[in-house]
Amino acid sequence: MLNQLTISELTAKLVKREASAREATQACLDQIQRVDGQIHAFLSHDAADALAQADAIDKAIAGGASLTEHPLLGVPIGIKDVLAVKGQPLNCASKILGKFISPYDATVIQKLRAAGAVVFGRLNMDEFAMGSSTENSAFGVTRNPWDTARIPGGSSGGSAAAVAADECIATLGTDTGGSIRQPAALCGCVGLKPTYGRVSRYGLVAFASSLDQIGPFTKDVRDTATLLEVMSGVDHRDSTSVPQPVPHYAAGLTGGIKGLKIGLPKEYMVGGLAPEVNQAVQEAVKQLQKLGAEVVEISLPHTDYAVATYYIIATAEASANLARFDGIRYGARVDGDDPISLYGNTRGAGFGPEVKRRIILGTYVLSSGYYDAYYLRAQKVRTLIRQDFLKAFEKVDVIVTPTTPTPAFKIGEKSDDPLQMYLSDIFTISCNLAGICGLSLPCGFTADPKLPIGLQLLGKPFGEETLLKVAHAYEQSTPWHQEKPAIKT
Amino acid sequence: MEYEVVIGLETHVQLKTKSKMWCGCANEFGAPPNTNVCPVCLGMPGVLPVANEEGLRLTTLTGYLLNCSIPRFAKFDRKNYFYPDASKNYQITQYDKPSTANGYVDFEFNGSISRVRITRAHLEEDVGKNFHFDRNSGVDFNRAGVPLLEIVSEPDITSPDMAYEYLNALVDILVYGGISDCDMEKGMVRCDVNVSVRPKGQKELGAKIEIKNMNSFSGVRKALEYEIPRQIEVVTKGGKLSQETRRWDDVANITETMRSKEQAHDYRYFPEPDLMPFEPTEAWLETVSKSVVELPLARKQRFMTDYQLPEPDAETFVNDVPLGNYFEAAVKGSKNQKAVANWVINNLRAKITEAQIPLADVKVKPTDIPELIALVDGGKINGKIAQDVFAEMFATGEAPARIVEQKGLAQVSDTGAIEKFCDEAIAANPKSVEDYKSGKIAALNSLKGQVMKLSKGKANPNLVGEILERKLKA
Amino acid sequence: MAATDIDVKYVAHLARITLSPAEEQKIGAQLGNILGYIEKLRELDVSQVEPTAHAVPLINVMRPDEVRPSLSNEEALRNAPAKANGLFLVPKIVE
Ligand SMILES: [Mg+2]
Ligand SMILES: [Zn+2]
Repeated sequence: MLNQLTISELTAKLVKREASAREATQACLDQIQRVDGQIHAFLSHDAADALAQADAIDKAIAGGASLTEHPLLGVPIGIKDVLAVKGQPLNCASKILGKFISPYDATVIQKLRAAGAVVFGRLNMDEFAMGSSTENSAFGVTRNPWDTARIPGGSSGGSAAAVAADECIATLGTDTGGSIRQPAALCGCVGLKPTYGRVSRYGLVAFASSLDQIGPFTKDVRDTATLLEVMSGVDHRDSTSVPQPVPHYAAGLTGGIKGLKIGLPKEYMVGGLAPEVNQAVQEAVKQLQKLGAEVVEISLPHTDYAVATYYIIATAEASANLARFDGIRYGARVDGDDPISLYGNTRGAGFGPEVKRRIILGTYVLSSGYYDAYYLRAQKVRTLIRQDFLKAFEKVDVIVTPTTPTPAFKIGEKSDDPLQMYLSDIFTISCNLAGICGLSLPCGFTADPKLPIGLQLLGKPFGEETLLKVAHAYEQSTPWHQEKPAIKT
Repeated sequence: MEYEVVIGLETHVQLKTKSKMWCGCANEFGAPPNTNVCPVCLGMPGVLPVANEEGLRLTTLTGYLLNCSIPRFAKFDRKNYFYPDASKNYQITQYDKPSTANGYVDFEFNGSISRVRITRAHLEEDVGKNFHFDRNSGVDFNRAGVPLLEIVSEPDITSPDMAYEYLNALVDILVYGGISDCDMEKGMVRCDVNVSVRPKGQKELGAKIEIKNMNSFSGVRKALEYEIPRQIEVVTKGGKLSQETRRWDDVANITETMRSKEQAHDYRYFPEPDLMPFEPTEAWLETVSKSVVELPLARKQRFMTDYQLPEPDAETFVNDVPLGNYFEAAVKGSKNQKAVANWVINNLRAKITEAQIPLADVKVKPTDIPELIALVDGGKINGKIAQDVFAEMFATGEAPARIVEQKGLAQVSDTGAIEKFCDEAIAANPKSVEDYKSGKIAALNSLKGQVMKLSKGKANPNLVGEILERKLKA
Repeated sequence: MAATDIDVKYVAHLARITLSPAEEQKIGAQLGNILGYIEKLRELDVSQVEPTAHAVPLINVMRPDEVRPSLSNEEALRNAPAKANGLFLVPKIVE
């Protein structure tokens, strides 16, 4: 079935005319029809538009379009509902945007289109990317394809679940504190958060501007490399995108990691870690050693402060970023007698509880008299956290950790305790604060129920090449990426 | 008890750029509502700002013009507040690291030079415009995102008149420097006032009261003329003033409370994460500094000292910079500076107005003006003929000496010829001769006129007078 | 670090979010808890540390002063909940 293929498998078939882009797109649409009632990865999808794009690509293939110029030729790629796609709804899984239709394409969407992808669907997420379980969506939870009683992770839960359930060949998500890597780990796919500035954020509805990055979800590491290469590069519409050349990531996957130094932070292998997760990660480290890597114990001494730092910086930025949702220029308005009551009514009704909680926290930490104690202090601790990593990377090429302390938990298990939910992001959050890159890939399964376990690799700023090389070597020497969930329909 | 007044001004000025500060929409006044807008300036979800280099350049240039220091590190911040005309519900501005700081403006006030120190001039963005209807309001975002300079003065101003003169001087400088057109009608300049009173001699400032909503500089003066006595009266009667924001009502001509200190906004400033810091390089600063122009006051003083011009003439050349530059080109190498000024102001300017052409299209070479004056001063032509020569110069661009030569306009100083004309005139006007002899000195002018006529204007008028007088007295 | 009791009603008003009394109470308790956790940052001496606003050290990112096409009025207002005469309509603004 075409929808089960990877990017490299599908594009190979398409250029050999063994299948058409329309068939590939249709296969994904069929799979959505079959399983999405269970999974609810998609908030909506415009099948007619997707097929029209596929037809145009088939024409281009017939006209001799090549993979070198269009590396995503005919590949159906699902989009998280936080990225602007012209003419399509953009809701951020929130009620507040109402019937908003985006008047423009995000830069990554333009790049995907130029690379020949079929850009389609609105993938579920935690409202405004605030959450770790996709339970905060205003439009219902997404379920983990490996166990539909469990969460898929978040905030890009729909993006991870759609790939795991073969509803798409690949998807885009966003990662502010782990929102790509954590759901990728919990759903058993590959997810990468690029270095801050690697991928343009233009068209990504900001949660925390200094932390957000867009990244790919794929079925294997090679696909991640292919997709990342398309997405990356400086953009004149994003002042925070970095004019750093884009390597040929996929071409760099040569297999050898002999002599590479791999850091194991002692602060990450501590209490709260599920035994099976711990074991899988230890096994993975052994496997990397077997492949010729040298394992070094390192220290990231400020790890314990990352969650607190993150929740100050991220919520402060969010409080301003989400101020524009006021029911005046767009979105669902709840009227009032004057603008002030209109704002209060609109935002009180339009935002869900987690978003309200974070906006209020962020407003508080910036408010008069508290700025220095919270926001400024957090920015300083952020410096310490970043320095920890830069120091560690003087000694090692890549850092290895578990992606999450536990496998996917049950729906509803943590939804009433926000702090516990926040603490589950403990391994992923520092990466965003430091602005470095991180990747999660499958490294095993729990026994009963069978749930994926993720291995996190962290790399230097703009060190994606090394990260992908290590991930690829590990993946090719282990069977985990070939496993598929059995979805009851 | 005597009271003194402490006034500081916050002036917002729109920068003269082609496009807005963060997006490529046109920075243009008067377009139909919401047509110079895009996802960025409408604050649509997902958009990002990118700084317009020209906005930063004009800000730095203003810093130079206002004698500010230019910090080598500046950044942008978000100022958070909800208002329908703010498309993001925060304003991008510069909070603790502005692009310019610590300058001053010198200007003439009450016959001497006053100085108002400038705390800072920082770059920010303008907001949209609200229209009010019976039952609701409407917002036009064409103006949202237009680069805006906020120029904050120190509380150095001590009277409403001084505030007024400072504002005019500031605007002159900005127009001069090409920073802004400063068109008040188009809302390109807006001003808020901070004013407090204190007993004379007291060190600490009185309660700071902010006044908003003046839409002209005379409005600022009027608001202060109302507000200062009000504050003094409150204090004199034993009342206490407290920090607040007041609104100027330009119909009732009063200020009234808008919000108290307790209702003051909590703007929650923090660094704008979507924009990187600005660290001007030496090379960049040097390029900007090349655009620094001479300021109006300095220019006036220079024209008065260097060319010995009277104040009104100097002011003319300050108000009309191209004309002043033309004058400077003309006056070079002339001994008669005042005459050059007169020709440029009285004759050249009149011709330009009459012909309705820009100075740049004028055919008269600046160096021809002193030449023309030299012809008059050297007795080659008289003043009347000089006017005709100038008209020809203006029409053709020909050099004055050539015109005089070609048209045979040289003054007749040949006494023989003039004597002949005088004899003719005396013979033909016995009545005038009679009058003169009976003591009516004015009759001489009539005879002089006849002689000039006979000489076709070319006779040297001084000689004519001399000869006539001699003949009549004989 | 400051006290962990947070005046939710006041802060929610700053953020222009109308909360029900029940929400106020619940969020107040949850944020109290979270702020209590955040207190741990006080353990660190950061007096000699520079703040990080951006993880990537870029400066002087600018664009040339060029006019680019804007949206049409119709496109600009397409998503507006209330509009008339080319304007976004809001309840009457007083102040
Ligand atoms: Mg301002
Ligand atoms: Zn715009």
